[in-house]
Amino acid sequence: MDSLDEGVDAAVVRAEIRRYERRARLRNVVRRVVVFAAFVIALSLLYSGYKAVGQSIDDAQRDWPVIGSVMPATNDLIMPPISAILSEFDDPPQRRNAKTLGQFIFEASLFTAREAFFGFVAGIVLGLSLAILMLRSRTIERGLMPYVVVSQTVPLVAIAPIIVIWGQTNFGWLPFTWNAWMSVSIIATYLTFFPVAVNGLKGLQSPSAESIELMDSYAASRTQTLLKLRFPASVPYLFAALKLAASASIVGAIVGEISSGVGGGIGRLILDFASRYTTGPERLYASVAGAAVLGIVVFGLISIAERYALRGRAQENPVV
Amino acid sequence: MTNHARLRAIAPPLVVGVGGLALWELVLTVLNPKAFVLPRPSVIAGKVVEQWSTIITATTNTGFIAVTGLIAGALLGIMVAILVSRFQIVSEAVTPLAVAVNAIPIIALAPIFNFWFGLRSPRSNQGIVVLLVFFPVFVNSVRGLTEVHRGQLDLMESFAASTWETLKEVRIPNALPYLFTSLKIASSLAVIAAIVAEYFGGDQAALGQLIVQQAALSRYSSAWAGVLAGTLMGMALYLVVVGLERWFMPWRVTEIERSGS
Amino acid sequence: MSTSAPVSVAVEARAASKIFSRGKPNQVVALESINLSVRQGGFVALIGPSGCGKSTLLRLMAGLVPATEGEIFVNGKAADQARRDRDYGMAFQSASLFDWRTVTRNIELPLELLGWSKDQRSKRSAEMLDLVQLSDFGDHYPNQLSGGMQQRVAIARALSFKPSILLMDEPFGALDEMTREHMQAELLRIWEDTQTSVVFVTHSIPEAVFLAQRVIVMSPRPGRIVADIDVDLGPRGFGTREDPEFFNKITEVREALRAVEVP
Repeated sequence: MDSLDEGVDAAVVRAEIRRYERRARLRNVVRRVVVFAAFVIALSLLYSGYKAVGQSIDDAQRDWPVIGSVMPATNDLIMPPISAILSEFDDPPQRRNAKTLGQFIFEASLFTAREAFFGFVAGIVLGLSLAILMLRSRTIERGLMPYVVVSQTVPLVAIAPIIVIWGQTNFGWLPFTWNAWMSVSIIATYLTFFPVAVNGLKGLQSPSAESIELMDSYAASRTQTLLKLRFPASVPYLFAALKLAASASIVGAIVGEISSGVGGGIGRLILDFASRYTTGPERLYASVAGAAVLGIVVFGLISIAERYALRGRAQENPVV
Repeated sequence: MTNHARLRAIAPPLVVGVGGLALWELVLTVLNPKAFVLPRPSVIAGKVVEQWSTIITATTNTGFIAVTGLIAGALLGIMVAILVSRFQIVSEAVTPLAVAVNAIPIIALAPIFNFWFGLRSPRSNQGIVVLLVFFPVFVNSVRGLTEVHRGQLDLMESFAASTWETLKEVRIPNALPYLFTSLKIASSLAVIAAIVAEYFGGDQAALGQLIVQQAALSRYSSAWAGVLAGTLMGMALYLVVVGLERWFMPWRVTEIERSGS
Repeated sequence: MSTSAPVSVAVEARAASKIFSRGKPNQVVALESINLSVRQGGFVALIGPSGCGKSTLLRLMAGLVPATEGEIFVNGKAADQARRDRDYGMAFQSASLFDWRTVTRNIELPLELLGWSKDQRSKRSAEMLDLVQLSDFGDHYPNQLSGGMQQRVAIARALSFKPSILLMDEPFGALDEMTREHMQAELLRIWEDTQTSVVFVTHSIPEAVFLAQRVIVMSPRPGRIVADIDVDLGPRGFGTREDPEFFNKITEVREALRAVEVP
């Protein structure tokens, strides 16, 4: 946006800018929705097209040299038609239960979202605490930062079952009963705290030397500088991290469910339908699609919150 | 760097690392020496030695998936980014899309990939790693290639430089820091993705299978040994990327050298 | 430690030195034995080539960095104590406004830190907006303002708690020439309205001469005062920049600076 010249009638200019911004924002949203819809349609066409070609030549493309060996078969078991996947959402997967698959997937998504949410919140608290701790001294930062980075190379998601057992044996002292899904939240926390700690620290360190001197010139305390300057300055960085962390917490929850076998969530649903693939491949596809939608919805929610929190600020794109 | 500065850079992480391990060992020795869900570091290290050949085989197999997937995903991401960044309208439309798609839990595709590419084939797990690596590399590369200082582009234009020359002299150097940021994330992601994908299928003698089977048999220290192997592999890949970063960007003074001087 | 300075003096430096990385191979003597006194209500400009320590001297006065040797008094107190007592306001080259606060809330920042009530704050910020003639822009965010307007907000913020001294570090350095001259006139008007003492760091000779009653010329490596030039041009106005005496003073300052740069 162009800056205003001095002495222009402010109210008029302000209204004009606001109208312009609202229109630009709306156009942006519409464009993104259109592009996303186009992407989904293109993907479906690619899937259906490949399937149609393969079936018309009787899967003969699998005999092609070099690439043929990796081409998936196109029969209805390996690649069920998209129409069948869509109509499956309306069918009840259990014989003595009227609940449709769509409802099952929706409820499972909420369950997983709950696991992810608690993990996400705990991860933000942990990540921010680490960032504030590392802000206090270069020595602490040097001592901790390598391990924050290394922590993400530990395949903790792989040992979800161990964490479930560990959680049950070690959290007996808590005032509430430790549920298995809470252990899944721990895994989500583990994936969430990392971007928050790294970007949080970057954001807390982002104010210019002059801004810090300004606060010093007011004899502001360390806490005041943190709350009035460093923390607000870190918000764009934090949101970049939160977008990563939100997806990571969903991934952590899904993988945690899959590897620990904790039931009720979308990860467990995928696992179940994968093991009963031959009797209904459409259900696996539908539940995977449900997981994809969950990831994108959570990401979208954070993006909306970001836009709201950063309104009025200069456009910033911190490198993450 | 002076010796003193080097010491100041290395001492804190060393103290934290050694201290942390010692504390872990000590606390468990005092409180619960028979702890088997989370065993002492010395017990885990002992398991690694004991099952050396099994772990090495599993690590090699998983490492193959992770490394090949990482390289393929990164190359694909860079190439598509270069292609897309040539057309401003396309890159402006595709980048937010890729960011949103990146929010999809790609690992959930693993069972479908298994049926597509074969349950015991390495292809399906490689496919997962490729997809997982592709998106962050692509998104960051497009940003690096397009968010170029206006003045530098004007300068190249004043030299009547070709598109290729501008790409080589301005856009790619500008994109390198973005690219390596994403590669560092992708390198650890690749190992974890390979291990998790192995739950569903792929080679039986792999880290994911080893961890899951040992945990199912309540042989937790062996499962932890597998986790340790995966961690070391992830760290090694990460350090390789850091090394490449220095090689490709000698003009970038690294964090430690700058603060230590 | 020693006697304090008389209260009629706003800022006083007594044999103040600043040495960075003392005793190390990269030791830098930024300031050497500076003696300077700024009377209350005075307007003093510090000028010199880059590296002459003028900004460091300003930070010593602000109590942001301690002097290595010698003493700095602000309103008769040690500089650090004056900082704690909020005796001065400060403005920098970048306006250093907080992006996430509206203009009004930026001006109210120091008042919040002082624990003022909401009513007191909004009353004062309205006064300050009036002073810098930005009353219509209180609800704007900083990035919606031009550079000159941002700098006016920074000045309003520096003066919001009515400090007796204003310390300015090249505040108009990033502005274009037209805006800059406008801001200089604006600053002089505010200075006369508020009776604040001003220490103004600049590297522009005409700016120093136009604004200040006294121009202090400094030399680099080590930073020293090499000339102390009184400027008596009377009340400044449109004609001042065309006044022969204005040019004479510019020449005098320029010659003092030129003497510095001979190796």
